[in-house]
Amino acid sequence: MTLRTLTLSAMRDGLLKKEFSATELAGAHLDAIEKINPDMNAFITITRDKAMDMAKNSDAKLAKGQGGLIEGIPVGVKDLFCTKDVLTTAASHILDGFKPQYESTVTTNIWNQGGVMLGKLNLDEFAMGSSNMTSHYGPVKNPWKKKGSDAPLVPGGSSGGSAAAVAADLCPIALGTDTGGSIRQPASFCGIVGIKPTYGRCSRYGIVAFASSLDQAGPITRNVRDSAIMLNVMCGHDAKDSTSAPIAVPDFEAALTGNIKGKKIGIPKEYRPDGIDPEINAMWDNGIKLLKEAGAEIIDISLPHTKYALATYYIVAPAECSSNLARYDGVRFGLRVMPEKGNLNDMYEATRAAGFGHEVKRRIMIGTYVLSAGYYDAYYKKAQRVRWLIANDFNEAFKKVDAILTPTAPSAAFGFDYKPSDPVEMYLNDVFTVPTSLAGLPGISLPGALNKDGLPLGLQLIGKAFDEEGLLNVAYALEQAIGFKGKPV
Amino acid sequence: MSQMIKGNTGDWEIVIGLEVHAQVTSNSKLFSGASTLFGNEPNANVSFVDAGMPGMLPVINARAIEQAVKTGLAINAQINLKSVFDRKNYFYADLPQGYQISQFLDPIVGKGEVLLDMPDGSVKRVGVTRIHLEQDAGKSLHEYNPKFSYIDLNRAGVTLMEIVSEPDMRSADEAAAYLKKLRAIVRYIGACDGDMEKGSMRCDANVSVRKPGGELGTRCEIKNVNSVRFLHKAIEYEAMRQVEIIESGGKIDQQTRLFDSAKGETRTMRSKEDAHDYRYFPDPDLLPLEITQDYVDALKKSLPELPDQRKQRYMEKFGLSAYDAGVIVGEQEYAQYYEQLAAKHDPKLAANWMTGELFGRLNKLGVDITESPISADALGGLLGLIEDNTISGKIAKDVLDLMFETGKSASAIVEEKGLRQVTDTGAIEKVIDEVMAGNPDKVAEYRSGKDKLFGFFVGQVMKLSGGKANPAAVNDLLKKKLS
Amino acid sequence: MALDSQAVAKIARLARIKVSEEEKAHYAHEISGILQWVEQLGEVNTDGVPMLTSVSEVKLPWREDIVTDGNQQEAVVKNAPASDYGCFVVPKVIE
Repeated sequence: MTLRTLTLSAMRDGLLKKEFSATELAGAHLDAIEKINPDMNAFITITRDKAMDMAKNSDAKLAKGQGGLIEGIPVGVKDLFCTKDVLTTAASHILDGFKPQYESTVTTNIWNQGGVMLGKLNLDEFAMGSSNMTSHYGPVKNPWKKKGSDAPLVPGGSSGGSAAAVAADLCPIALGTDTGGSIRQPASFCGIVGIKPTYGRCSRYGIVAFASSLDQAGPITRNVRDSAIMLNVMCGHDAKDSTSAPIAVPDFEAALTGNIKGKKIGIPKEYRPDGIDPEINAMWDNGIKLLKEAGAEIIDISLPHTKYALATYYIVAPAECSSNLARYDGVRFGLRVMPEKGNLNDMYEATRAAGFGHEVKRRIMIGTYVLSAGYYDAYYKKAQRVRWLIANDFNEAFKKVDAILTPTAPSAAFGFDYKPSDPVEMYLNDVFTVPTSLAGLPGISLPGALNKDGLPLGLQLIGKAFDEEGLLNVAYALEQAIGFKGKPV
Repeated sequence: MSQMIKGNTGDWEIVIGLEVHAQVTSNSKLFSGASTLFGNEPNANVSFVDAGMPGMLPVINARAIEQAVKTGLAINAQINLKSVFDRKNYFYADLPQGYQISQFLDPIVGKGEVLLDMPDGSVKRVGVTRIHLEQDAGKSLHEYNPKFSYIDLNRAGVTLMEIVSEPDMRSADEAAAYLKKLRAIVRYIGACDGDMEKGSMRCDANVSVRKPGGELGTRCEIKNVNSVRFLHKAIEYEAMRQVEIIESGGKIDQQTRLFDSAKGETRTMRSKEDAHDYRYFPDPDLLPLEITQDYVDALKKSLPELPDQRKQRYMEKFGLSAYDAGVIVGEQEYAQYYEQLAAKHDPKLAANWMTGELFGRLNKLGVDITESPISADALGGLLGLIEDNTISGKIAKDVLDLMFETGKSASAIVEEKGLRQVTDTGAIEKVIDEVMAGNPDKVAEYRSGKDKLFGFFVGQVMKLSGGKANPAAVNDLLKKKLS
Repeated sequence: MALDSQAVAKIARLARIKVSEEEKAHYAHEISGILQWVEQLGEVNTDGVPMLTSVSEVKLPWREDIVTDGNQQEAVVKNAPASDYGCFVVPKVIE
């Protein structure tokens, strides 16, 4: 039972000390998944046989004193990563039955270092959403609940399944992806840690593409150290991805000294609008205080174009996705709907109408519109220019500071029954995370406090491009100082 | 060399622009490492990237960049040190990604020119607007099943250079000359094999008509013409079609048409329902392509002698006419063959015999110069016999035919058949005397002023000598004797 | 920018997604709302500002011209809803 609550680093140590085996570890997690998942719905596919096989192999390696960085550690994989011969759905009906004949680079890295695949985790369809409610496979229940309430809460999105699984101890680590906040926001809603590295740190090869200039893979873990270990495994230049940075991977774990004396932490005034939730405000202030006490210098900064980030994102991301999702057409894989006496176009239209959910269709249509003749300049071109300004705001700020502290999300996890009056309201969930994505910078979320309902609130730290070391170390120091011990009941 | 169409209401000028798609010769594709080998099993030359599978990403082939730059240099074009790849979005079964990676606003090559060698020796300049790199599409096979189409993606992702001309051509002849010249250029530099039958080079023709000096007319596009001959026919047919429509009071609908080679006509493709909105935007999977001036300069140095340079050199060194030189430089293989001949024989004689006699016979056999049964050496042997007066030019033609038939050398045939030219003036005089003796009345007629009879005597002398008398000598001696 | 059902029909056609009349009106309403919201970018002065082409300083990498892929016909068509003779099979394309 207690095996599952161990952190990755504790599991790693335990395996090396032969306190338990990889097979035991996998078995314990799979048994828990069997019990808990039917209600939680964090996993779309559970790969029991494969997991036990991989665990056996890991045990053999460990017995010989061999093994990779995460040998024998159970891993959950967001169902956006293509895994060879294992159903990969992107939580969409349109990928029914799709078993890739290739493996993504990031998961290849995980398996090469000894990770054991427990299964594929639920998400918002094609990573579009902030609640996991758009999944074709149904919503995911956040293991956290409001004090005194049994009402189901969302785990956040789009990596909802990944965050819920880690928070519920169904796996110690999970892979997620982050395009506008899809790792950080669910980590915040589930009281755990999630990091989106700098754009280009992790290869996008084999990850179902949503918005190519924004998508990044990242780990979701119980603590900062585990994230650092995972980044050591996941990151690296990939010749198969032309946007992959040809930059060496330092030892991120080694960077966790906890010493942040003299580090300059920026507090952007634009992230504290009138009407900010007072509990989130208080959590933020507490974070500032703790960092000061740890020896950091607090500097007020301005990121003037912050308020335009969401609008920018909701032009650029749909535009790219409308093109990236054109390949889902019923010809070569996935769902095909063939109307009687229909021709090729009828097949396309029927397949895509039936195969895509409402949110996905809406974003494809917005994207199609903003790229179409006569509108390209006013929308897409304009948005990419504003994006330059947003990135420039950060560049200027990082001349003065080493990291930036903000809240991760504007609220705690909301209920399944939350029905926003219009789609924009849902998009506002991403307000604190989107700017970082647009600028391609690394961002990490860690639990900051519990609110009065007993739900976790997250703090976000944003770092300089390719300075995950610096960022992780500040996060580590803050994590130590906060000493968050919350667990879902 | 405009070719006006004579309509009922006067002359019409044809305006033609050509878009040529040339497949770049390379081992692998533009953005994937799959093979480009022609003729493999369906979907055998396909990577998951080419198949547009989820999560797949493009990585650019260095050779594609090289060949595009070299082609640009070979047409004196501006090379753009920074260019951008854009996605051209549309749906079709042979387009697995649902978009083609192409270049829209910022192509790799800018304005250039192609110089055409016209038959009258003049040179016409045709402007090239741009060259860009893009992916080729797969193939849809429609003939195997009445209800279904079969899709083979082997060709999907192969590198294409799209070469767009200015609408500078004014006749089907000029268009054909442009296509031939462009083909020669890309073959010379090894960028493309120019095989139109196999489809490694395809041509779209934009054709419109107007009254000379008038505004440009509405153009129609004839797609995927795959031979120079068909291009010529298609343009002539289309221009005529447009003139007839306008003269009978109609308007030209801007449309896309296909050339039906069996009927020799162009016809509309079933009209696309919507005008395409390709929603071009820079491909976020690819950063802008940046090349250095050093890189360009190095490629420029590496270019072989190009057709125009070689033509100039032949005109200067061998004294060939512009047209003859133009024909010979049209293919590397012709030039190689020619230079072997010209090294040892009179260049003009060589040019005439090669482009006239040899090519004529090769064409009849349907054989390419690389498969010529008569090697340059062998033809040179024949030329040598003409040059040293062993045989006359007329006899030489017969000898060439026999060389084709028997595969024997020219000298062997001449010996065997006893075709040596008679140049011995004494022997010729004897024959002349015989002829004159046998035709006294004609001699008298000639001497009394019927000059035309000279030809009769020449004929008789040649006949009696079995065609072997040297014609020049016969002429001289006959003149003397008949006077 | 407010979209009507006709505009939605055009977009849906470009995107090859079949939409019913009812859905067209619904999407028109939702998308109009979103577009109106994103149009706030019009407030931003972007004179002389370049488009952000990439967030990193990475240069486009070039690959050597060697065959490293393909030769896997079976794997390529393995997930196809319909295939035959190694080809993908689709309803007749009208040309």
